[in-house]
Amino acid sequence: MSVFTAVLARDLRLALRQSADSLTVVAFFAIATVLFPFGVGPEASVLARIAGGVVWVTALLAALLSLDRIFTVDYEDGTLDQLVLTGAPLPVVVLAKVVAHWLTTGVPLIIISPVLAVTLHLPAAGYGPLMLALLLGTPTVSLVGAVGAALVLGTRRGGVLLSLLILPLYIPVLIFGTAAIEATVTGVSAGPMLTVLAGFMVLALTLSPWATAAALRQAVE
Amino acid sequence: MHRFANPTQFMRIANAIYPWAAGLSVILFLIGLPIALITSPPDYQQSETVRIMYVHVPSAWLALMIYGIMAGGSAAFLIWRHPMANLAAKASAPMGAVFTGLALITGMLWGQPMWGTFWVWDGRLTSFLILFFLYLGYLALGDAFEDSERGDKAAAILCLVGSVNIPIIHFSVEWWNTLHQPSIVKLGGDGVKSTVDGSILLPLFLMLGAFTFYYFAVLVLRLRSELLAAKIRNARMSQVATHAAIDPAAEGRLFVDSARLPRASAE
Amino acid sequence: MVRPMTGDTSAPLTFSGTNLACRRGGRLVFSQLNFTLPPGGALVLRGPNGSGKTTLLRLLAGLTPATAGQLAWNGAPIDDPEAHAARLRFISHLDAVKPALTVTENLSFWMEVWSGKAVESGIVRAMEAMDLKRLASFPARLLSAGQRHRLALARLIVAPAPLWLLDEPGNALDDSSLKALARIIADHRAQGGMVMVASHGAAFVSDGATLDLAAFTPSDVSHWSDAEEGEK
Repeated sequence: MSVFTAVLARDLRLALRQSADSLTVVAFFAIATVLFPFGVGPEASVLARIAGGVVWVTALLAALLSLDRIFTVDYEDGTLDQLVLTGAPLPVVVLAKVVAHWLTTGVPLIIISPVLAVTLHLPAAGYGPLMLALLLGTPTVSLVGAVGAALVLGTRRGGVLLSLLILPLYIPVLIFGTAAIEATVTGVSAGPMLTVLAGFMVLALTLSPWATAAALRQAVE
Repeated sequence: MHRFANPTQFMRIANAIYPWAAGLSVILFLIGLPIALITSPPDYQQSETVRIMYVHVPSAWLALMIYGIMAGGSAAFLIWRHPMANLAAKASAPMGAVFTGLALITGMLWGQPMWGTFWVWDGRLTSFLILFFLYLGYLALGDAFEDSERGDKAAAILCLVGSVNIPIIHFSVEWWNTLHQPSIVKLGGDGVKSTVDGSILLPLFLMLGAFTFYYFAVLVLRLRSELLAAKIRNARMSQVATHAAIDPAAEGRLFVDSARLPRASAE
Repeated sequence: MVRPMTGDTSAPLTFSGTNLACRRGGRLVFSQLNFTLPPGGALVLRGPNGSGKTTLLRLLAGLTPATAGQLAWNGAPIDDPEAHAARLRFISHLDAVKPALTVTENLSFWMEVWSGKAVESGIVRAMEAMDLKRLASFPARLLSAGQRHRLALARLIVAPAPLWLLDEPGNALDDSSLKALARIIADHRAQGGMVMVASHGAAFVSDGATLDLAAFTPSDVSHWSDAEEGEK
């Protein structure tokens, strides 16, 4: 357990010292969302219709951009070798790094999402489900993305490759995340969709650290 | 199990299968194609477009079956370090991608007369589109490393992660589809099931068999060439490692060796 | 000040490998390699570039799997990589130093990971051993290459472990740092610890045995076909 807290604390401290990295991801989230009105026109009814989906898609892309870095620095400076050799189970180390990633990128995205939803004229009923769905969905995004990030270590063009590997796997989260927002807007309960998102999170929590650990082991071979 | 891990042993079995698979595939194509394309009656509802099914359904079947085989091969490679299982997965992947592409294209061609458009976000078509991206990801990752052995393990892990996700993706897409689309004529299985008739089933099964045996025959050919490529690569590496002078004689010896090998493994 | 090793230090430790072989990128780097490291022993790995010194150290650390052969700890085969990892320290040519953290923070992180909690006295002791005390509160990004490498070596001191695997630890070190390195290695061995060093000039290891990897490099160009067919 001390390994978990040590790695988590170290990654949070590093993120705090290099807070520009997290801010860049949030800024990307904002600018990518703001592009949509220019693409589809500023008409409030059109924007309101797509607001939930746009916020989710751009959140996924923003998370993906930051995931590229989750193991790369450790891999390049030799820290990853040492983390594999701590003597503690590697999935625990992985989980600590993923939690740190979620706290430093997922949480800022959730916090800023209502502001972006305002610019897209999301109906008032949609804000609660938007934030709840992001809260339940972004941990899955970090967990699944970590597998991909570990797999592309040491490749040429890792970032682009990561999006090809991981974006298809995000489709279920996107479907239910967006559906939760739309359901509430159309007057239906978002409960079932949020439950499914929570289910995805539990599934990702049980499987992804092991897959990521296996990927990291082969990366340091 | 480990008996098959030995390339020579494995190839002995594969080479024994090859003539049967290739022969059966040719025979089934020769019988099945005329029936499927000419003599079988047009569907009362879909008319002549039903003939697209005879290519579409086998392609879709292979697209799924090959991913299953790749997942099995990847698991055997990761758990038992079974080099041939990995080679089989690697050799299957391009074929799986091609058959998925073929299933998508024939699905679109079928959809044009049926739906009046080449693409609808039908649950099945969408799932196959995503499967196509999973294949592309596997191929891209396996090819992205300088050291090909590293690419092998990474791609195998990705394949297993994908196989866990495919059911989840499929059910999510199906659910999403019912959420957004009123019911439409379903492509593939359901459409055929509703009009089950011997005149359609016979050519369908002939074509399914022809496609499946074609896959196994080509798989053996691809395994052979992959083994040869690996041996040539290893020979080159050893030459670099032992600082062998790259003189014409050494080059010549290398190619003599590699020319001798296919026969050695075919025996 | 010296502290006893953790765990089973009462029994004399040995670390050995039999018939080790390793293939990298389709090439057999070494084969039929045997060694035994007695308690307090040191083994210096020598050999030309590409003879597999780094590969062997990574294999001994459990990072790279052996193509053939068996590692043993006190005579028992090593089959749990995590238990093995817990009793070794590995210094590679990558220093695993985080530039954004201070020298103290870098060391306290590893101390917490390895021994459960970071203790001030332990960190100070490690910094003193590698002459880093006056740099304690500096961010590591301000350090020179040699200072960063000393910081990496100080990790050996923060939490004791019986087996040290050192890949070219003398690189980028000045004379006084080399002496410090020789001193911590001697202290470690005096307590029964074992050291394996890949090095060109091993001035910092006294009376260690030498393992010349060139002797285990397969010379036959056609060995690959045998290796492939003969496997399993």
